[in-house]
Amino acid sequence: MNKRNATRESPLSRGGAMFLMCILAVYFLLPIYFLIVAATKPEGDLVSTFGLAFSHFNLFQNLSTLFGRENGIFAMWALNSVMYAVLGAGVGTLISALCGYALAKFKFRGREFLFSVILGGVLVPTTALALPLFLLFSATGLVNTYFAVFLPSIVSPFGVYLARIFAAASVPDELLESARLDGAGEFRTFFSVSFRLMTPSLVTIFLFQFVGIWNNFFLPMVMLQKESLFPITLGLYEWNGQTARVPLLQVSVITGSLVSILPVIVVFIVLQRFWRTGLASGALK
Amino acid sequence: MTDLATRTTRVAAAPGRRRGHRGGGPRAGTIIAFLLPFVLPFVLFYLVPVGYAVWQSFQVVRRTGGQYGTPYTAFGGFQQYTQAFQNSEFWSSIGRIGLFGIVQVPAMLVAALLMALLLDSPLLKFKSFFRVAAFMPYAVPGVIAAIMWSFLYSPQLSPVVDLLKGIGLQPNFLGPGAVLWSTANVSTWLWTGYNMLIMYSALQSIPQELYEAAKLDGANNWAIAWRIKVPIIGPSIILTTVFSIIGTLQLYAEPAVLRQISSNISSTYTPNMLAYAVASGNNYQQAAAISVVLAVITFVLSFGFMRLTMRRTGL
Repeated sequence: MNKRNATRESPLSRGGAMFLMCILAVYFLLPIYFLIVAATKPEGDLVSTFGLAFSHFNLFQNLSTLFGRENGIFAMWALNSVMYAVLGAGVGTLISALCGYALAKFKFRGREFLFSVILGGVLVPTTALALPLFLLFSATGLVNTYFAVFLPSIVSPFGVYLARIFAAASVPDELLESARLDGAGEFRTFFSVSFRLMTPSLVTIFLFQFVGIWNNFFLPMVMLQKESLFPITLGLYEWNGQTARVPLLQVSVITGSLVSILPVIVVFIVLQRFWRTGLASGALK
Repeated sequence: MTDLATRTTRVAAAPGRRRGHRGGGPRAGTIIAFLLPFVLPFVLFYLVPVGYAVWQSFQVVRRTGGQYGTPYTAFGGFQQYTQAFQNSEFWSSIGRIGLFGIVQVPAMLVAALLMALLLDSPLLKFKSFFRVAAFMPYAVPGVIAAIMWSFLYSPQLSPVVDLLKGIGLQPNFLGPGAVLWSTANVSTWLWTGYNMLIMYSALQSIPQELYEAAKLDGANNWAIAWRIKVPIIGPSIILTTVFSIIGTLQLYAEPAVLRQISSNISSTYTPNMLAYAVASGNNYQQAAAISVVLAVITFVLSFGFMRLTMRRTGL
């Protein structure tokens, strides 16, 4: 059908559309391309050669400098980011799924009230939470620990919102009713039946939360002083602030930025379809 | 499927339920066990800090007996708020963010809508390439995006500056007038693809038959896009607008990174930076008041925008 339509469009509007999209694609890809080129250059070439053209290939040297700095602290930051994001999003998805499922499938008093309070949480600016949380955590001794970043990260009101929509759409009531008649407890039914039916949407929730935590900067900045607990974002930010005094750090900031975004970009492209289902349901209902 | 069918007949046939409770649903204890793993951290790490910030914003620090006495906190009414409203840095940070939002949010959303419509039209080839290219920046943390762009803004390193100089321009992306828009560009780069994908997903779920009738009536693609597609995906556009407003008001990482290379960004450039700077000076009560004002503005704007557009368009 699309093909028949395509022949009806004038070549002029087709050409114009392609041209516009190509310019936009260049805009989106240019900084990433620049970063790839810059990460392969030795320090001197950064200023002396044109930024979009390769010169001396020095990537492996740059990588070994990057990972060798301060006893391999970059690898530690990378590991921290993975721990915060994978564990945080894993636990977060599970508790969002349980809560969203209960909101969708169980009838109880105060259900809609609870849902609106959680939904209101979507609108609370998370940066507004960081400072009061810092004070509360310093009173309990949690500041400057792994949990200071991990614990607030597991809460995702948007995840509950998505889980409720997905549970309502993908788990039929008849199935739950028959599982109940078979004598299966609610938790067993959830983990053996509903969880499997909700899996594609749970991947979506996991991805959103993973990116949210991975990209988070303000919360770790407020909570952490110990460099060994930093996520990549905070570590690179600190290094970037020192490049004026230590110009050699610039190459490591560039190489480190590239190393930290490439794996996530690959995961993104591989898991594309989950984003689209998530964005569609999130936006429409 | 047959299994399901026999089970449902058993539902109808079973006169009494096996589990001894009435009403069909699970017990209250079970429901609580489902809700609590989320609700407890939600209360501890969302509601309690909000309540604490509000409470703190009504406190003031006083000292017993003069300048060197022991400090203690006491109820101060709206004193912190009056102080915030009298602070010129507070107003200039709000003004900056307001200007940023009025220009950047519509520009980004119009670009996102245009791209979504083009991707949904039969005009383009290589659609999945364009979609991925636009969405890719969403995978990049704001801090790293700002670091990348700061290289492209830097007079020493940037190939963009080199190219523009080649055609006789003297760009200064970090100058006093330009740096706000350089920050806006980082946000636009990060979020256009995300917003585009929300709108595109909504467009994809419109049934094709809807367009057939319009085409038979002789409507061209522009008319179909403008009169049919855009109104139908209205809720998605509203959603992206609300998210963008919230994001703009929270702006911190991007200007904080650009501040590392530009003296034209002060430590109180955005409301969030101001709140952080004030808190770093140990004036937590004042920082709390600023955060509360910011959260109230966020609520009013996002709810206000939703109410307004929903009444207008009757969605």
